[in-house]
Amino acid sequence: MTLLSVRNLSLSIGRHPILSDVSFDIGEGQIFGLVGESGSGKSMTALALMGLAPASARVRGTAQFGGIDLLAQTERQMTRLRGRDIGMIFQEPMTALNPMKTIGDQVAETLLVHRAVSRAATRTDAQAVAAEKLARVGLPTDRFPLSLYPHELSGGQRQRVAIAMAIALRPRLLIADEPTTALDVTTQAQILDLLRGLAADEGLALLLITHDLAVVADMARQLAVMQGGRIVETGATEPLFRAPRQDYTRRLLRAAEHRPARRPPARSTDSSAPLLSVEGAVRDYILPRPSAFAPHPLLRAVDRVSFSIRPGESLGLVGESGCGKSTLTRAILGLDPLQGGAIRLGQAPVTAGRTMPAALRARMQVVFQDPYGSFNPRHRVSRLVAEPFHLTGRPPDADRRIAAALEEVGLSAADRHKYIHEFSGGQRQRIAIARALIIRPDLIVLDEAVSALDVRVRAQVLDLLARLQESHGLAYLFISHDLSVVRAVTDRVLVMQSGRIVEEGATEDVFADPRHDYTRRLIAAAPKIPETWKEDADADAD
Amino acid sequence: MKASLYLGLALALAALLAAAASLIWTPHDVTALSIADKLKPPSAGHWLGTDHFGRDIASMLMAGARTSIAVALVAVGIGMGFGVPLGLLAAARHGSIVDEAVMRGNDLIFAFPSLVIAILITAVFGPSAVNAILAIGIFNIPVFARVARGGALSLWTLDFIRAAEVAGKGPARISAEHILPNIASLLIVQGTIQFSLGILAEAGLSYVGLGAQPPTPSWGRMLAEAQTMVTLAPHVAIFPGLAIVLTVFGLNLLGDGLRDRQDPRLRART
Repeated sequence: MTLLSVRNLSLSIGRHPILSDVSFDIGEGQIFGLVGESGSGKSMTALALMGLAPASARVRGTAQFGGIDLLAQTERQMTRLRGRDIGMIFQEPMTALNPMKTIGDQVAETLLVHRAVSRAATRTDAQAVAAEKLARVGLPTDRFPLSLYPHELSGGQRQRVAIAMAIALRPRLLIADEPTTALDVTTQAQILDLLRGLAADEGLALLLITHDLAVVADMARQLAVMQGGRIVETGATEPLFRAPRQDYTRRLLRAAEHRPARRPPARSTDSSAPLLSVEGAVRDYILPRPSAFAPHPLLRAVDRVSFSIRPGESLGLVGESGCGKSTLTRAILGLDPLQGGAIRLGQAPVTAGRTMPAALRARMQVVFQDPYGSFNPRHRVSRLVAEPFHLTGRPPDADRRIAAALEEVGLSAADRHKYIHEFSGGQRQRIAIARALIIRPDLIVLDEAVSALDVRVRAQVLDLLARLQESHGLAYLFISHDLSVVRAVTDRVLVMQSGRIVEEGATEDVFADPRHDYTRRLIAAAPKIPETWKEDADADAD
Repeated sequence: MKASLYLGLALALAALLAAAASLIWTPHDVTALSIADKLKPPSAGHWLGTDHFGRDIASMLMAGARTSIAVALVAVGIGMGFGVPLGLLAAARHGSIVDEAVMRGNDLIFAFPSLVIAILITAVFGPSAVNAILAIGIFNIPVFARVARGGALSLWTLDFIRAAEVAGKGPARISAEHILPNIASLLIVQGTIQFSLGILAEAGLSYVGLGAQPPTPSWGRMLAEAQTMVTLAPHVAIFPGLAIVLTVFGLNLLGDGLRDRQDPRLRART
């Protein structure tokens, strides 16, 4: 039975077409995946269906949902539908809840607004239903009382509350816009399990919007691939993965699994002196006093961590948020002091702040995750890229080297006169790499450097990194929560949990035969496209 | 929204032009007394009439604009000159004893009404335009310190600051090179608002006799001197009052307009 039937949905803002002739069907209780890169129109499609498109947008087409056309409803009619017949959850669990209200009140609010509990019923009745819904999403009242505030919950738990709110009135359709993108892999697996369970048990249809092909492969029976506001391909998931008909889909699939060509790790250098060695590093944070005269408690964010990186090696560091990777990174970069242990670069100790000699700092550079926050918007690219010259002194041929660095990362020398807002996310990450390269460091720390990029751009940047490693003999410390990327580009990998390294080894060995329980859980939780689906696609591509 | 920005700009420029013109030319000598011509209504000879000493009101307003603008400008300068570095320092040393000291010092200044401190300063050093500037200027310091610290704190969390740290730059250099240009627009907007408040404060201090002393013309004192004759010759009070209102109104419109312009979400809609 078709629940939602979208036909020729088009949307334009001013003269710019955003969506063109989007058509798809979702059956009752079906999980439907909508995938595409950023800017492809996935989220706008969902907003248009909910009647939440920007006021200046012109929407055409039809969307039949249980006998009514969603696109022809007035705002007043839509408010009755939203929450009651169609629920929605968003990407960012940190901002989706009102921080000033308890979780019980927030779930109960949906019920009260729609008068789902009879008019005479009290708040208590609504609270009772809220408790039941929260228990259904895995937050039973005995462990998670209704009186909790959002800040007392983790990201995954908040996303559960958001789901409880969305399903409180047993809607027939749930729209989930990147519901797990902001979550860790193990939490992601739990939330996806929950959504799958809801679809199966309550006959809830799910429109799952995501950029992650592996998530769709794992979840959806049907899917549609969007590009530039159009659906380029639609069909049942497995056949579509096995034999994509459209070139775009094929490129997307190939990019998701892309492994840059890398020379095998140089085993012969095993005996050579390490480039970076971390010995028993300890990093404590001072927490606020629990009471006026109590001593400050300490939080040990990094607990006796030891490892080393050889020249020219790629070392991966994986772990979930809060495991201490970022804290460790700051200490390695000489931004924060250690409370115990030592970090050495070459033979010289890495110390925090001003005490670290510039020549030592110049051997190490960093590329950050966020392509938008990584640059001062007021400076031109030539000045941004030249910033590390502060460490070495500006060489006489600085201009030529800036141009060369930009060309090395695949941009043109003329780009140095532009401002950073003129570049896309992928180009910005290239500029960040140019900035790191310009003083020819020995080690580049890549802190989630490709996590914010679309799959195809990510594949290109990974290729670039592999090429640069070969030509410059760079060592990389590759920090990421994305296991597939780490597997594709590193020689050795460290797994970090609660401030400790729990497993270390050659990347392929760790992934093929994880010994620590936590590593096993991480690998099991990461969604993947089944191996058997890929063979056909590869054969097709050749 | 655009229109209000231009109206504000026009009013502020008019006050500035009047002040600048008074340096080389006024219709009449502002100190020339002519008791025979006292309290004359506006006429061809005296565009805005004369006051109780027969002085030309138009000339006095022009010269008074000079006093008002000079006092407000220097006071904003003092506020920015001390407040912005303090705010940047507090942000760079966020959470440390330095941050605490700067911000609690600000709170201390905020805790006293500015007029009380102005009276205190003038009681000790005697009333003068310079002391009025000092009193107003001191009260601008915490305002700019807070704005600078707030803007800087959100910038300090961004990765490009991290990149600058990795490039071995210290907090002072990062503040000057990366933070300051990115909070400049905030400071300019706050500057126009403090400027209008400065004009108002100078008029207030002069009104109670703590600002510029005679014979230096001042809008506030003109108003104070005219109030006993407001039924007899209303124009003597109305014109300085209008000058204050229009200038402050113009500067506020300018400040609002500039703030809207720097907010990309608001800019996109126009």
